Amino acid sequence: MSAALAGLKRDTRWRWWEFALFAALLLSWVVLPGRALLLNEIAILALFAISLDLVLGYAGIVSLGHAAFLGFGGYAAALFAKLVMPDPWVGLGFAVAVTALLGLLTSVLILRGSDLTRLMVTLGVASILHELANKMDWLTGGADGLQGVAMGPLITPFGRFDFDLGGRVAYGYTLFVLIVCLLLARKVVHSPFGISLQALRDNRLRASSIGLSVNLRLVAVYTLAAGIAGAAGALLAQGSGFASLDLFDFHRSADVMLVLVIGGTGYLYGGIFGAIVFKMLEDLISAWTPQYWNFWLGLFLVLLMLIGRERLLSPRSWLRRRGA
Amino acid sequence: MSVVLETRALEKRFGGITATSDVSLKVETGARHALIGPNGAGKTTLINLLTGVLAPTSGTVWLDGRDITGLAAHKRVGRGMVRTFQINQLFSDLTPLQSLALSVSAQSGASAGFWKALGRAPGVAETCDTLLRQFHLEDVMHMRVKHLAYGKRRLLEIATALACKPRVLLLDEPVAGVPEGDRQEIFDIINALPGDVSILLIEHDMDLVFNFAKSVTVLVNGGVFAEGDVASIAADPRVKAVYLGEGGNAHG
Repeated sequence: MSAALAGLKRDTRWRWWEFALFAALLLSWVVLPGRALLLNEIAILALFAISLDLVLGYAGIVSLGHAAFLGFGGYAAALFAKLVMPDPWVGLGFAVAVTALLGLLTSVLILRGSDLTRLMVTLGVASILHELANKMDWLTGGADGLQGVAMGPLITPFGRFDFDLGGRVAYGYTLFVLIVCLLLARKVVHSPFGISLQALRDNRLRASSIGLSVNLRLVAVYTLAAGIAGAAGALLAQGSGFASLDLFDFHRSADVMLVLVIGGTGYLYGGIFGAIVFKMLEDLISAWTPQYWNFWLGLFLVLLMLIGRERLLSPRSWLRRRGA
Repeated sequence: MSVVLETRALEKRFGGITATSDVSLKVETGARHALIGPNGAGKTTLINLLTGVLAPTSGTVWLDGRDITGLAAHKRVGRGMVRTFQINQLFSDLTPLQSLALSVSAQSGASAGFWKALGRAPGVAETCDTLLRQFHLEDVMHMRVKHLAYGKRRLLEIATALACKPRVLLLDEPVAGVPEGDRQEIFDIINALPGDVSILLIEHDMDLVFNFAKSVTVLVNGGVFAEGDVASIAADPRVKAVYLGEGGNAHG
C-alpha cells in the first residue's frame, strides 16, 4: 500500500481512549441513575461546546455569542411542542433545521473583519435575539419564559418513555443525540472539508492559493455548528419543558468558551472533557461554598492558563519534568 | 506559440506610490520566463495582481484568452494558475502529508467532500507519494509543519504548489534561503515538469535565471524596463547598469 495512504489512515484511526470515552458515556447512564440531572446538564454543555469547537477550534472563528443558537434552538423546540406537536424527535429535527438556517443567515456577518469584529458581531446577534425573545412576549412569554410546554413521550424501538423528574429519560435522549453528533462531527473533521477548515484557520492566503473557497467553507461550518448548538438548546428545553431568556444570556456564551479553554480546542473531545471538569467544579465548589463559586473558578482558570493545560492535566509530564 | 497569460496596461497604486505601472506582459504556453529587477521593482506586486491577491487599479489580466481581472483568487487556481510564495505560506498545524493531500484533493473537487476521509479519493494518495519522494519529505510527513526545519518547509512550499497541478506556475524566489547545494535539486524538479506547463520565475540569482529561463522581463520602478531572450538581456548594457548601479544581486 502507498505510504501516503497508510499515513492518512493512521491519522484517522480510532484511538483506544476514544472507545473508552464512548463506553464511559454509555456506562454513566447505567451506573449513575441518581445523578442523571447533573449528567444531562454536562452532556448538553458538552454538545454545545462541540458546536463551538467546530467554529473556534477548527475554523478559527471566535464567538462570544454562541448562545444565540442555543437559545434559538431551545425556543424553537419549546414553541414547536406547544403549538404544533409534542413529539420530541420531530421537535428536535425542527429546532436543528431552523437554527441551522439562522446560522446560514448570520454566517455572512463573520466572514469579514478581525477577531475583535467577530467577537462584537456575535455578541450583538445574541443580544438582539435575547431582546426579541423578551419583547415578543405574545409568542415567547417574555421575561416569564415560555410556560405550559407539555412534552410528549419519547418514542424509541424499546418503547415509549415519558420524561421523568429524575432526568433519566432526558439523559438517555441527550446521550443518544450527543453520540450521534460526535460521530458525525468526527466524520466531518477527518474529511477533506474538515482538514480544509484547519488549513484556512492556519493560513487563509495559502488556502485560497491552493484553490479553496474560504468563504464557502466558513458559511458551511457555521451552519453546521449552529444546527448542533440548536440541538443542544432543544435538548435543554425539552428536558425541562421550559424555555427562558436565560438561554440567550451572555453567561451561556462565556461558559461554553471557558469549557473549551479548559478542555482544549481542535481535537473534538475538548468540549466533553471541559464540560465534565467545568460542571463538576461548579457542583463541588457550590456545594462547599455556594457564594464563592466564581472566586474558585477564576482561580482555577488563572492557574490553568499560567501552568498550561498539558502540564496541569497530564501526569506524564510531571514525571518527565522530575526525571529531567 | 499561443499566449497563455497576458496583462494589458496593468497598473497598481498604493496611495501615492505606483507599484506597477503600465505593465503589458505576455507569457507563452510552455514558457520558461523570468521576471527580474532590483528590489522594490514591483515583482511580487505583479504576482499578487496576476493571482488575484490584489486587485489592479486599472488594466486587465488574461488567462487562456479570457479576462480574469475580476476572478477570485481561488478560482484562478481552478483554471490552472498556481503560485509559490517568497515567504513560506504554509498550514502550520497540519502535517506535510495532510497539506499535500488537501492540495491534491482541492483540484479534483474532492476537498468539498465532508464524508469520506481525506486522501481516500482515487489518485490522491499516489500523487502525494510521488511529491513526498521528490521533495524528500517522506521522513517528516507526520510532523506538524510548524516543527519542520526551514529547508523542509521551503521544499513543502514548492511541493504544495506542484500538488495543485499547475498549467501556469508562478515561482516567487523559490530557492530563497535554500542552501546553495540544494538549489539545483529544486530546479531539477521544476525543469522536469511537462513542457506545456508555463513557468514565470522571479529570481535574484542571475546564474539560475540564465540557466533556467528562455525569455526574460526586467522590471524597474514598477514598469517594464527591458524584454527579450536570455542572451540579449544578458548582453544588454542598460540592464547591467541597472543591476550594478543599484546593488547587483543583493536582495532582502
